Amino acid sequence: MMLQPLSLAACAIVLLLLTAGSASLYRGNRRLMIMFSFALASVASLLATIAGIWTVGSEMTVKGILPIGLPDLPFHVRFDPLAGYFFTIIGLLALFVSVYSIGYVQGIPANRPVTSLIIFYCLFLAGMFMVILADDALFFLVAWEVMAGASYFLVLFEHERQENRKAAFLYLVVAHIGAIAILLAFGVLAGIATPGSFSGYTFDAMRGAEIPDLWATVAFFLVFFGFAAKAGVVPLHVWLPEAHPVAPSNVSALMSGVMLKTAIYGIVRVTFDLIHTFPWWWGAIVLTLGLISAVMGVLYALMQHDLKRLLAYHSVENIGIILIGIGLAMIFTSFELPMLAALAFIAGLYHTMNHAIFKGLLFMGAGSVLHATGERNMEEMGGLIHRMPWTSALFLIGCVAISALPPLNGFVSEWLTFQAFLLSPSLPAPIMQLLIPMGAAMLALTGALAAACFVKAFGVTFLGHWRGHHHPHVHEADWPMRIGMLSAALTCVCLGIFPVVYINWMDILAKQFVGSSISSSAAAYGWLWLTPVSPERASYSGTTVFLGILGVVVAVYLLLHVRPGAIRRVPIWDCGFEKLNARMQYTATSFSMPIRRIFGHLFSIREEVSLAPQTAHKAFPKRLQYHLRVVDRVWNWMYRPVVDVCFWLSRQVGRLQQGRIQAYLIYSFVTILVLLVFAS
Amino acid sequence: MDMMTAAHINSLLAAMVLLTAFGMLVQKRIYGLIHLFTWQGLFLSLNTAVVGYVASQHHLYISSVLTLALKVIALPYILHVLIHRLKIHKEVETVVNIPTTMLIGLALVVLSYHLTSPIRELSTLITRSTLAIALATVMIGLLMMITRRHAVTQIIGFLAMENGLFFAATSATYGMPLVVELGVALDMLIAAFIFGIFFFHIHTTFDSLDVEQMARLKEDE
Repeated sequence: MMLQPLSLAACAIVLLLLTAGSASLYRGNRRLMIMFSFALASVASLLATIAGIWTVGSEMTVKGILPIGLPDLPFHVRFDPLAGYFFTIIGLLALFVSVYSIGYVQGIPANRPVTSLIIFYCLFLAGMFMVILADDALFFLVAWEVMAGASYFLVLFEHERQENRKAAFLYLVVAHIGAIAILLAFGVLAGIATPGSFSGYTFDAMRGAEIPDLWATVAFFLVFFGFAAKAGVVPLHVWLPEAHPVAPSNVSALMSGVMLKTAIYGIVRVTFDLIHTFPWWWGAIVLTLGLISAVMGVLYALMQHDLKRLLAYHSVENIGIILIGIGLAMIFTSFELPMLAALAFIAGLYHTMNHAIFKGLLFMGAGSVLHATGERNMEEMGGLIHRMPWTSALFLIGCVAISALPPLNGFVSEWLTFQAFLLSPSLPAPIMQLLIPMGAAMLALTGALAAACFVKAFGVTFLGHWRGHHHPHVHEADWPMRIGMLSAALTCVCLGIFPVVYINWMDILAKQFVGSSISSSAAAYGWLWLTPVSPERASYSGTTVFLGILGVVVAVYLLLHVRPGAIRRVPIWDCGFEKLNARMQYTATSFSMPIRRIFGHLFSIREEVSLAPQTAHKAFPKRLQYHLRVVDRVWNWMYRPVVDVCFWLSRQVGRLQQGRIQAYLIYSFVTILVLLVFAS
Repeated sequence: MDMMTAAHINSLLAAMVLLTAFGMLVQKRIYGLIHLFTWQGLFLSLNTAVVGYVASQHHLYISSVLTLALKVIALPYILHVLIHRLKIHKEVETVVNIPTTMLIGLALVVLSYHLTSPIRELSTLITRSTLAIALATVMIGLLMMITRRHAVTQIIGFLAMENGLFFAATSATYGMPLVVELGVALDMLIAAFIFGIFFFHIHTTFDSLDVEQMARLKEDE
């Protein structure tokens, strides 16, 4: 048999399933189990990455029919460049995280069994790969549920704490409501593709179908709702900041980095591939929701002082940025501007890759910190840069990347999105003329706020002095963890300084789905200069910027470290107060206070200041307590009413339960009578 | 015996079954109920035998004997023993008063005739006119279960319903296949035993066989 990408991909999935199956065979040899299982998972991820890169590079599409499935409804698979692209994303991050996990899982306290973690980790990865490969609604939904179920158990890993169980339950509910919407959407598409038979369940049949506008709209909004619930688009994001922080950090990295991307994949697949013609206002809605998610996500992230929660809210923001790209691509496609559509599409997908890598890196970094200090609350940390130089340096790279600063990868994709905004001509729809400039402004705001947020996250966690009450024994992450983070950081750098090479590689996606490519113009000046449209409009060279920054850093370092006596260590200047302690440092809450004041009406904030019992005089309180609670408004506006209505309905239905046999008999009697009278 | 005579006998027995059903609906005393139930079983058994003879469906004789053994002898005996053991002498209490129940029962009979009229026109069997009565018996049995509060009367209502179903089977299609009837007969017997056991349990738990008491099992909000 000839080796081809599809068989490589299949190998990867089978290897993952085998790893999951064999995890219980190590008979309690925990060290061996962790090492072998995660090594196998890394190999599988590597295979998947190679398969993905190969498919995108060779621009080929392979189809297959699996001998499993329901009778007469076999599973179809298809490996085209879009699938290959997402395979690359998932495979790459899964590779890094699996290597990282060898160290991370080893560090989980020995009294907690990790077999289930390994099994569900592998199933989770396999589920994601299968979602990407699926070419019919049935296989897609089965894989989707495998993914959702496995990740539910992963969130539930530390199940003895009630907040974790609540978070996992919330996640499961949202995931399933989304899955129902997706199922219904596929039902609509399949029903129109072949009325009266089941054979329309393949994506091929849906692609070929002529779908009336009304039903296409219904299907699109169902699908968008379903995938938005998975991706965490505002206002469906509430599960995300609950579930991501409580999962083990390697799992959070995968959930936030790549599981959300399967939803992006679903949106792209259904919109651009299955439905393929759409009116502009769909794109406008996607764009609007993307903008709202981006701004709200970053604002909520700024309010957090739990490191992993903060990162989870940033996932909401970044999904928003990706959707901005996708939404713009949809708008431009429907107005028949293929060049711009290609630019926006590439920007969105580029950001998908970037977010996967740097969010994975940041979650791995947060995991190392959590691992070393046992603390998730940033207010209790500080000064970790002295104890954990590797982690802090790598975390810093992630921070720079997510803040969209050159020369790293986040900048490239956000810059491309900006170009798509700024280059867009006046579109025929008046509302778009309002939306496009406003969108550009909001994206800029998002970038700035994200940078502020990561100044806070990095500064409070790694700089200054330890703020906590008791000082734990902090140790640096071990080598597998460092290698995992280091390779993610290197990928970030590479994606940032060689954008032209990357865009050339992925350009086939734009060609296939929006009918144009940008590589001819983007790479017109060689690999060094990225010129999305023309060099007169905009150009960027990641490599030059990188070399420039590197030069400055090296020069400063040499200036400081070569001359003796340039650096002196002295006590902190205390303004003559002499009683400085660690609690007097800038904290996460105080750092975000100005922004909390400005955007206060967007959150429901409860602030309480209380003075402890007086000692001598009112003017000299012994202690002052400050309580701050920031609650997601969406929860009270959207979810609370829904929950209330559900409870009210169940109480009403509960009235049927009289507890009296006669009442139940009357129900059956009346049912029989009604059926006899009306059915005869 | 010619067809007409057989049809007359069949109609007469059907009328008797319906009459006993109404009798059970109004009967307040528990021993009276069991006697009426026994009578109903006897009419049913006779009817089955007559139909079996007319239609020369010989397996119906077996059904007839089974009915006689079960519903005329075994079940009434079991119920008698139960009542004796549980020392139930009270009059049976009803939820709805008796005249109202009767009126509802009458309405049900009319309704059954209305419902079965299309079948009467299509069918060629001599027993076709009794199908309405069979349906009415089923519904009256259910009505009895609804209007009574005592567990034993509910069981009798249930058994009366089963009588109605059996009657419907003989009158609509000359009886079910023998295998099915044997199965049903066995079910009845088992059901009677299970009821017996449950009666004892209910009696010991609630110190009464009034099913209203079971409302206490409901969880409070």
